[in-house]
Amino acid sequence: MNWGIRTTVSLLAIVAGTLLAIVILFSFERPPLQSVQRGYRGVGMQENYNPRTLEVLAVANKVPGVLPSLGTAGPKAGTVYKNVKLLGGLSVGQFTRLMASITTWVSPKQGCAYCHDTKDMASDALYTKVVARRMIQMVQHVNADWKPHVVETGVTCYTCHRGQPVPANVWFENAGPPHAHGQLETESGMGYASGPAGLTALPYDPYSPFLEKDASIRVQATTALPSGNLQTIKQTEWTYALMMNISQSLGVNCTYCHNSREFGDWKQSTPQRTTAWHGIRMTRDLNNGFMTPLTGTFPPARLGPQGDVAKINCATCHQGVYKPLFGVSMVKTFPELRSVAP
Amino acid sequence: MSMLSYEEKYRVRGGTLVGGDLFDFWVGPFFVGFFGVTTVFFSVLGTALILYGASLGPTWNVWRISIAPPDISYGLAFAPLKEGGLWQIITLCAIGAFCSWVLRQTEISRKLGMGYHVPFAYSFAVFAYISLVVIRPLLMGAWGYGFPYGIISHLDWVSNTGYQYLHFHYNPAHMIAITFFFTTVLALSMHGGLVLSAANPTKGTLMKTGEHENTFFRDTVGYSIGFLGIHRLGLFLAVSAAFWSAVCIIISGPFWTRGWPEWWGWWLNLPIWN
Repeated sequence: MNWGIRTTVSLLAIVAGTLLAIVILFSFERPPLQSVQRGYRGVGMQENYNPRTLEVLAVANKVPGVLPSLGTAGPKAGTVYKNVKLLGGLSVGQFTRLMASITTWVSPKQGCAYCHDTKDMASDALYTKVVARRMIQMVQHVNADWKPHVVETGVTCYTCHRGQPVPANVWFENAGPPHAHGQLETESGMGYASGPAGLTALPYDPYSPFLEKDASIRVQATTALPSGNLQTIKQTEWTYALMMNISQSLGVNCTYCHNSREFGDWKQSTPQRTTAWHGIRMTRDLNNGFMTPLTGTFPPARLGPQGDVAKINCATCHQGVYKPLFGVSMVKTFPELRSVAP
Repeated sequence: MSMLSYEEKYRVRGGTLVGGDLFDFWVGPFFVGFFGVTTVFFSVLGTALILYGASLGPTWNVWRISIAPPDISYGLAFAPLKEGGLWQIITLCAIGAFCSWVLRQTEISRKLGMGYHVPFAYSFAVFAYISLVVIRPLLMGAWGYGFPYGIISHLDWVSNTGYQYLHFHYNPAHMIAITFFFTTVLALSMHGGLVLSAANPTKGTLMKTGEHENTFFRDTVGYSIGFLGIHRLGLFLAVSAAFWSAVCIIISGPFWTRGWPEWWGWWLNLPIWN
């Protein structure tokens, strides 16, 4: 080797070594860590957390202050205000408190005018008011009819909105990266990092088949030898994409619900798997019963690239936490949100 | 057991690390040495404790016997014998036996006047075991992170621990380790096939030599690493496989708590294409 080549090679090695060192130093986490044992000792079912990340999550999931309850006495909102379709049975005090709370939950910066025409508060002219009414019904429906998932903790507007008119975590149909058509069509996004599937090369849209349509999630054979299970590898990848998404949305790993020695066996799974099972069905119900029917109500600017409405997934409420807002119930002092309005 | 004709001249005194001449003798074909004694001590004690643990457990089915580590809540303290303490003592015995074996190999190497390649290579396997039951638990803060001692149960642990990081194939060190394991197998199969072919020529012809072997690979893949080179390569590949598998489990947990696919975010976020 002559001098020039030697210098070049050493320089390249130094540059590559430095870059590698930077990646190694800054891409990992460090001890101490925190973990939660969730099975018999030595089974390896446990959740691992970085306490530094948990601190950030705890701040982000701090529950805002609750307005004091104003009592049920006095005239009803339905008789005092016009065009009160859902909450007419509340006292004016309750009604005003809920309206003020919704403003802090959903549009603290934009104020009442985000949904109301301030000259005529009763008017339905703004689409946001029509959507908000439907969303109140959705909250009531979740709290009253989806107890297997939300139990007594329940949800409020804040669970998803967190002070933003549009929740941070929603999904639209995703046509995916450019791909071949016809015989060569794969359409599963292999070779691309899928954001919804935790940056794996799994399908990029695990939502449409499972959280809107009810494609079969179960792919695992129940017998050791082939006995008629016709699920394909590709279907398995869709299921895995959904599962990765659930893990990511809840900040948990596979062993939160499953014992990986037999994923499909309910007897070996944790009770959380049942909660998740209901959650998947709840999300599907809300997307088809509440979100999709509102497609025409939203202005085109609020729709996704495929012209569909923003929809719900696990992260919409959970936002990286195993229980939304770390399990703090905000709906306790809002009984009007716990039952479906007549 | 009879001694091989040339073995006598290798049975020389000295080369021991500990104990001088005290244990410098043979039992039948086996060299004893100080570390032979400690190996036997730790193996017998450890095995007896495993049997005792099995007798406490619910089954004598060899596949299902399991000696589990303590609950994570015990941290790095001693646990009661029946709640993981057995696992802790058995772990000590295992490490004692494995390290004794490395040192016994060292003594034999010294006796024979050869290099330390054998203990060096074997110590990587010991290091991989110690990574799993000592280094990683220390870094994570509890003995409960070790794997249980049982044929099926340790496989369940491996599976669940892999799924704690969602998709273990995205673990960068696991990728390197697997690549080394597969390459070890490839190299060994090519080398073994070559030796067998050269040593078993057509009936009635002479056994082939190294030059035939070199020529075969030069014709097939354009290069032959040579009879000494293949053993150096094999050592490197096998030792690297064990080393990187130790790394891949040490970084899972202490240095990364989320799914391994997510770790690759740094690559996707490089300013070159992001």
